Amino acid sequence: MTAINYQRKELPSIMLKTGVLLFLLGLIIALLGYAIDHERAAFNGVILLMFVMSVGLGSLFLIGLEYLVGADWSVSFRRIMEILAIVVFAVPVFSLPLFANLHTLFHWTHIEDVLKDPILKNKMPYLNEMFFSIRSTVAFVLMFIFWWLLAGRSFGQDSSPREDFRKVTVRISALFMPIFAIVLTIMAVDWLMSLEPHWFSTIFGVYYFAGTFSVALAVVTLFAIYLNENSYLGEGIGGDHYYNFGALLFAFTNFWAYIAFSQFLLIWYANLPEETFWYLHRWEGSWAVVSIGIIIIHFIVPYAVLLPQPAKSDPKRLKFIAWWLVFAHFYDLYWLVMPTYSSGGAVFGWMEIYPVLISLGTILILFYYFAKNKNLLPIGDPKLPKSINFHL
Amino acid sequence: MKNKMIYGVTGIFDTPDEIISAAKQVKAIGFERFDVHTPYPIHGMPKAMKLGASPLGYFALVFGLTGAFAAFALMTYLMGYNYPLIISGKPFIPIPAFIPVTFEVTVLLASVGTVLAMLFLLFKFPNNSHPLHDTEYIKRVSSDKFGICIEAKDEKFREDEVIEFLKSIGAKHVEVIYYDNETLNFKVNIFEWKFVTFLVVSALVVSGATYIVLNKLMFASPFNWMMEQNRIDAQVESKFFGKDNFSMRVAPVGTVSRNSNQFKFSGQPELADAKLVNPLIPTEENLRKGMKKYDIYCSPCHGYHGLGDARLNGQFPNPPSLHSEKVRNWGDGHIFYVITEGQNSMPSYSSQLTNEEKWAIVLYVRALQRAMNAKEEDLK
Repeated sequence: MTAINYQRKELPSIMLKTGVLLFLLGLIIALLGYAIDHERAAFNGVILLMFVMSVGLGSLFLIGLEYLVGADWSVSFRRIMEILAIVVFAVPVFSLPLFANLHTLFHWTHIEDVLKDPILKNKMPYLNEMFFSIRSTVAFVLMFIFWWLLAGRSFGQDSSPREDFRKVTVRISALFMPIFAIVLTIMAVDWLMSLEPHWFSTIFGVYYFAGTFSVALAVVTLFAIYLNENSYLGEGIGGDHYYNFGALLFAFTNFWAYIAFSQFLLIWYANLPEETFWYLHRWEGSWAVVSIGIIIIHFIVPYAVLLPQPAKSDPKRLKFIAWWLVFAHFYDLYWLVMPTYSSGGAVFGWMEIYPVLISLGTILILFYYFAKNKNLLPIGDPKLPKSINFHL
Repeated sequence: MKNKMIYGVTGIFDTPDEIISAAKQVKAIGFERFDVHTPYPIHGMPKAMKLGASPLGYFALVFGLTGAFAAFALMTYLMGYNYPLIISGKPFIPIPAFIPVTFEVTVLLASVGTVLAMLFLLFKFPNNSHPLHDTEYIKRVSSDKFGICIEAKDEKFREDEVIEFLKSIGAKHVEVIYYDNETLNFKVNIFEWKFVTFLVVSALVVSGATYIVLNKLMFASPFNWMMEQNRIDAQVESKFFGKDNFSMRVAPVGTVSRNSNQFKFSGQPELADAKLVNPLIPTEENLRKGMKKYDIYCSPCHGYHGLGDARLNGQFPNPPSLHSEKVRNWGDGHIFYVITEGQNSMPSYSSQLTNEEKWAIVLYVRALQRAMNAKEEDLK
């Protein structure tokens, strides 16, 4: 085992400053928004909630995946995912203003309307405020527990490595995978699909997962490249790690397109009015432009940029496309959420910026504070040297 | 060996690290035509040999795009223009339904095309002889050694110098490879009887197996559920109806079917003309019904306007115009008679049309005749 050449460097304070600036700016807009038009602000709140959850839960998923498949290459930047996963603790905070606005957001909370509507009446055992709150709470608690089990436990390994750590964590990861699938599906169905309670699509959880995976990987890629370029990771990662990031981003760009198209094709082909109206909402007026845009933004552009082999290991292009995929996930969520708020035509104003500002600010602030006094390489992990010397 | 010519000088090394360093040094000296042979792919070798990017990616791109455009264009032409069919209420050119096929053909052409390009363009496929074949060198490097071969075609190639150079960079064993043109230019005779027999036998086996699978196996139990249906086939004995064991039933004696088309005036057009009266009144509903049935059953020969100029014109004795003096002077009953009984080449339409539908057609024919020969007062 070769000695690891790693000297801890404190993160630059510009990171914190940027984070605080973004967060405060976003907070001001959000507060103004809730004061002026609380309905529109609440719908934007859903975008914020689901984006932050994508990054947090997606990072947890990446950690679990690494343990479960026994990956070597990702060990040297696993700390980034472990630190990034801390944002799951922000998810319940962002859900609070939404719980205060449930009646504004969700049509199924209006009992008098529900009783008149046979479809919603039959969905009442699932879609009621009590059960909804319980589900979300349980999901939050499970996220916290698994954050500790998958990420939190790892930090102690730096000073006093335990022999059986990996063995135990692999088992936890195996337990985590089905729970992750259920939690993610429930959150996607509850917070996104039930915005239009008449609509249903069994692939919807997978659709949200496809976005989650690509955005979590994009954020991890961004952190890894920026930290590596400024030598915060020692000799942590190199060209072949970059290539893997590029290849995975490319793969999940295709996965997203595959799932999104599958959902659309089946609904379009079957042509059942109880399913098609969701897409028709997104085809009214200027929403049609947004719907066309999602194909270009979430698929064609990243596909074209990442297709050539050199692009997958070129940090410049990787950074661009990772930022692009972050934007694409915001765009995707905007497309999922906002047609319920303004049917007939797309709206975009100053208020739509606050989910972006707050979520990026939150991620930067939490990352900065949580990474303080912590190694950015898991130096206690026996697989680390193998990961640093990873070659395809 | 008749025409002994030098192909190149080979050197054998023991470890992957040695071969990488050797490749770097050979490249550094300035040799361009050299190759490295190893029992397994060695990481970093393309970099050490300073190989450029493989051109195969462009083949994949070109073949993939060809597949995508070809599939999309073919489907658009067939479904949209050549033979338009409405399938489950979708447009003639349903783009979402084309996407899976386009994707499949893209992948198919890209992968097959790339492999073929690799075999035929890069590996020069039908030519399968190489000077290195059957040498001690290739035997070693395909089992446990790592070798480098500097070709004589290289501009810097001087036999003695290269041997010395390879030894100086640590080659354990240096060998000079010779070849003669005759073996190298040996062309494979594809009509060799062994090869032809093999082709014929494999074609027979494959087609035989395909035949058995598609014609026998697919109809053997348990794949024949759809054929075994709980119904009685026509003209087959059936024990279901006790006495006569007929599967097709005949009406009991003395009864008439409710939808019976029995025609009293068979063979008597004048009588039909005189006696029959159209029971329908010319409402819009009846005329529309008549138009629909006329367009389906009559227009192929008589044309949409009854002029006898339809799309089948020329393939049969041309039907007369329905606007002739003769037909216009017929009573409704006579037209009804012709539809029911047929006339000259025209067959009876009794099995296709009910009496009511026939009368509706008569109404519509009258409307056509009126439209073609409008009277002065109709214009008011």
